[in-house]
Formats: sequence, structure tokens, C-alpha cells
Amino acid sequence: MSSDVILQTFGLGKRYGKRWAVRDLDLTVRRGDVFGFLGPNGAGKSTTIRMLLSLIKPTAGHVDLFGRSLQKHRSAALRRVGGLVERADFYSYLSARRNLEIVASLRGDDSHTDIDRVLDIVGLTARAADRVKAYSHGMKQRLGIAQALLGGPEFVVLDEPTTGLDPQGIKEVRELIRQLSQSGTVTIFLSSHLLAEIEQTATHMAIINKGTLAVQGRVADLLAAGPHLVRIDARPLDRAVDLLRAVPGVERAEIVDAWIECAAHPDSTPLLTRQLLEGGMAVHAVIPRRSLEEYFLAITEGASDVHVPGESGARKEDRP
Amino acid sequence: MKSILGNEIVKTALKWRSYISFLTIAIIIPLIDVGLLFEKGGWARGMTRGLASDFLIVGNIKNGFFITYFILNALWIHVPFLITLGAGDQLAGEATGGTFRLLLTRPVSRSYILFAKYVTTLVYAGALVVFMGVLSLALGTALFGTGDLLVPGRDLTILAESDVLWRMAAGIALATWGMCTVASLAFLFSSLVENGIGPIIGTMAVIIVSYIIGNLPVELFTAMKPYLFTTYLDLWAKVFEDPVPWETIRHSMLVLGGFSVGFYAVTWYIFQKKDVLS
Repeated sequence: MSSDVILQTFGLGKRYGKRWAVRDLDLTVRRGDVFGFLGPNGAGKSTTIRMLLSLIKPTAGHVDLFGRSLQKHRSAALRRVGGLVERADFYSYLSARRNLEIVASLRGDDSHTDIDRVLDIVGLTARAADRVKAYSHGMKQRLGIAQALLGGPEFVVLDEPTTGLDPQGIKEVRELIRQLSQSGTVTIFLSSHLLAEIEQTATHMAIINKGTLAVQGRVADLLAAGPHLVRIDARPLDRAVDLLRAVPGVERAEIVDAWIECAAHPDSTPLLTRQLLEGGMAVHAVIPRRSLEEYFLAITEGASDVHVPGESGARKEDRP
Repeated sequence: MKSILGNEIVKTALKWRSYISFLTIAIIIPLIDVGLLFEKGGWARGMTRGLASDFLIVGNIKNGFFITYFILNALWIHVPFLITLGAGDQLAGEATGGTFRLLLTRPVSRSYILFAKYVTTLVYAGALVVFMGVLSLALGTALFGTGDLLVPGRDLTILAESDVLWRMAAGIALATWGMCTVASLAFLFSSLVENGIGPIIGTMAVIIVSYIIGNLPVELFTAMKPYLFTTYLDLWAKVFEDPVPWETIRHSMLVLGGFSVGFYAVTWYIFQKKDVLS
């Protein structure tokens, strides 16, 4: 149903000079999704998000929010959207509350109850009267999320909300996102350069690399797609490789950087381990690696022309 | 719209940077006044020496009105700089602070935000000029009393004491009008860059170059002079002529107003198309 589509981009592109920061991007986000937008630094995530929030104008293609063109119905669309783009910046010489009042008044409603509500959600009620200047990075980031939630938007766009936070802060933000998504009324678009973060919080995801879409679909489907890889440290290495190659269902086993990389069905991991132990090997580690993870690591580490696992299946719309 | 304008006024009013210009004026004017207070009269006599031999000067020449007129004249070249301190920060400050992301992702059109910021800029410029005028007038008359105003110039004009106050008010109003054009130019530069210094340097560069072109007796420059807005910035001083050249003042006001509208239109165009990357 088209009314369920919150965000859709059509051939979206942005060019700076000769370089395309984002090109031919087709994204679809449906109501209730927690949509993870994944890519290494510099992949075009922020450029895309700025286009979604009308901060920059696309060179090509267009953005539809709630089924209507963002360019033509900007105010109506943005009234239903809350966003945090990159670092949370505020008027540092004003109090947190005053900052929220400014944002709320731009939405045309500066009720104190709503400001109290978002302050409460991010746990800043006690510090609301302080100047933002005195805030720690984590508090600013939480205030950034608070301002994105003003007015109860249906669609919340968060650009790398955990960047620069300490582990406790990261945990809190992720928890916050989980709570929001569980409320059922908010659709969340979340960008990150960490696959683990998307895996923990998102239901759907898209991976962008060098400005173009690599893969898009349900997180569970994408992570299950493609051949599985198991990294094994068992000594002696050469004898262990021979043993593994003899196991039925093992497609490939080879030594890479003092590890054995073994391509096999995920269910066969216990069998592999047993074979190694029975063969008298000293098994130090058995680490299952999913191919999407391998792929993502490869692109974040700068390898080019990496094969996208399960691309043919996953890239198509996989939802009913 | 009202609340958006309110936001901008509050943001400017609560920013320390906005008060640097006011502080400068609050220091320099008392300083000049005190300096003149201890001046033994050589200065006033110097300006009127020629007259004293021909006329009998009765009364107090070195009065508050004269001091105010003197201060306004002396500071006039420097006021644009103080205006740009605030005006140049209106847009560039948001870019530097990253707060454009806060403002421009909201269901308010960029035109509204820009207009609110422009009005704030003009209010700032006006407040500064009025502050300068009122402070010099109040302090001057308090320290030196009132009296007839002797206006030095090509033709010496002496304005009766009762005829001066309205001219002061009109002069301050016209000065505000002129400074609005300067503020508009700084506002335009402010939309182009992402730092607070650029608009100040840009505006001052334009003004200094225009002043130089306007004052060098070179034929080409003389021909250019009517097209420079700085040529018209002295309109405030015209109310101290007798009779007041209202037609000249009207013309200057129209030209300066035209420049302001033009600067704003360019700013609007730039701001509409601007990609917010800060």
C-alpha cells in the first residue's frame, strides 16, 4: 500500500563539481521501519540525509515524503518530520530549554508540555535551565535527539546519533531508539558507519558505498544471505585445512593471515569443530563470519569493486 | 512570523557579541567629552578664529549641541565597522555554529527566516545609531549645556538653540536610514561565507574603496561617484544646513533605500539556492 510508504527517493543524486557525492539512489522506507542507512565515512550518508531534510538541493532525482514531493510540499512534509543532522549543534549561549523553544516555535507550536516531554525522554529535565555551553558532548547529542522529537513527528531522521559518545552514552541512545520504535507510531531513519549498530537497532537497511546503493532490504534477510564464512584457528594449520576440506558441505578452505577461512553452510560449524577435535587438532578459535559483514568490512577498509553478497536476491523488494 | 522574528531578536539580544559595538560607543563618547572638557579652548577658538575678528560672538559656542555634532562627524567613518560586527554575523554566525541545521529543517520557508533575520539586522543597526546619537546628545548637553549650534563648513551656519533639537532627531533618523544600507551589505556578505570575519572585511573593503573613489578628484572616479552608495551616506548632516535641502535628502533616501532593497534581493536569491553544508 502506497500510504504505508513514508519515504521514497527516486534516482536521487548530488554532484559537487565533477564528483557525484550521491548518485541514482532509490530508497524506500515504510511506516514502522527502523531503517538503517549504512556506509563507510564519506559514502554519502550525510549528503543524502541533508537532501531528505531539504538542507541541500538534489542535482538529480527527487524525494517523496508521505507520498508527496518534498520540493513542492516542503512545509507540510517537514511538519511531520524531526531530524538530527550530524553533530548536534545549538545556540550555546542559550539554555537547553530556550533552544528547544526556538525549534518548537518554528514548528508553530511551543507548548511547554511538549518541551517537558522531550526533555524527559532524553533525561535532561534537571539540566534544562543550563546553557548548552556547559553541556558535555553526550548531553548535546541527547538534546539533539530531544529537538528531533518535538511535536511528535511520524518520521525521525537521526544521522550517526551515537558518534563520539562513550559506551554508556551509546547504550542509552540505542535504548532510546528501541523505545521509540516500540511505540509503533514513529518510523526511524538511522545512519551509521557501524554494521553492528544497525544490526542491533534496525529492521531494514540499505548500504551505500561511494554514493551509490549497494544493497537494500530486511536486516535479517540480508545478514542471512550469501555463503557463510567461518574463521578457524586450529593448529597445526596445514593439517587442519586438509581435515576441513574433507568435511562434506565445505566449499572452500584456505589459510589467510594465519587463519583458516572456511566457506560452509552455517549449520555445519559444529561438524567442522568436531572433525578438527577428532583429528587431534588444537582448536583455539572458531568464529562464524557472515558474508555481509565481510563485504562491509571490505568496503570500509577501502577495497574497491567488492562483490555484494546475495545482491541479486536482496536488492529486489523483498517484502510482501 | 511574529515568533520567528521574536526568536531572532532574542538570539541577537542575548549574544555577547552584539554588545561589543554598543560598548565601544559607550566608551569612546564619554572619552571625547571628557577630553573636550579639559580642553582649554584653543580648539574652539581655532575653529572660529576667523569669525572672532569680524563678529562679536556672544554666548557659549562650546555647548552640548556643538559637541554632539562634532562627535557624530568624527565617528561617522567608523560606525559602519561597528554595524558590520552585528549585521555580518546574522547568517554567517548560524553557519559557523552549525545551527542552520536546526532552523532550516523546519516547516518554515527560508524566505521567512531570512526576512526575520533581516529585520533583526536593521533593528540592530538602528539601535546602535540611536544609542550613539542619544548618548552623545545627553552627555554633551549635561556636561556643556545648550546653546546656538555653530555649523562649520563652506558657509558658516548658526542655528538658534530652539532650532537644533528637531534637527538632531532628524539627523539621527537619517543616519539610521543610511546605516541600514551598510547593514544590508554586511547581511549580503553574511550569506556568502561561513565565518564571522569575512562579512566585516568584505563590507569595510567595499566602503573604503567607495570612499576613496568618491573623494579622489579623478575624472573617471567623479563620473562613478553618483553610483556609489557611500556618496549618499552623509545625508544626515544635510539637516544642519539652512535652509534644509529636502530635495537632496529625499533623493539620497531613495538611492540608499534602493541599494538596501537590491542588497536584500541578492541575499534572498543566494539564500534560496544555498546548500547548507555547515
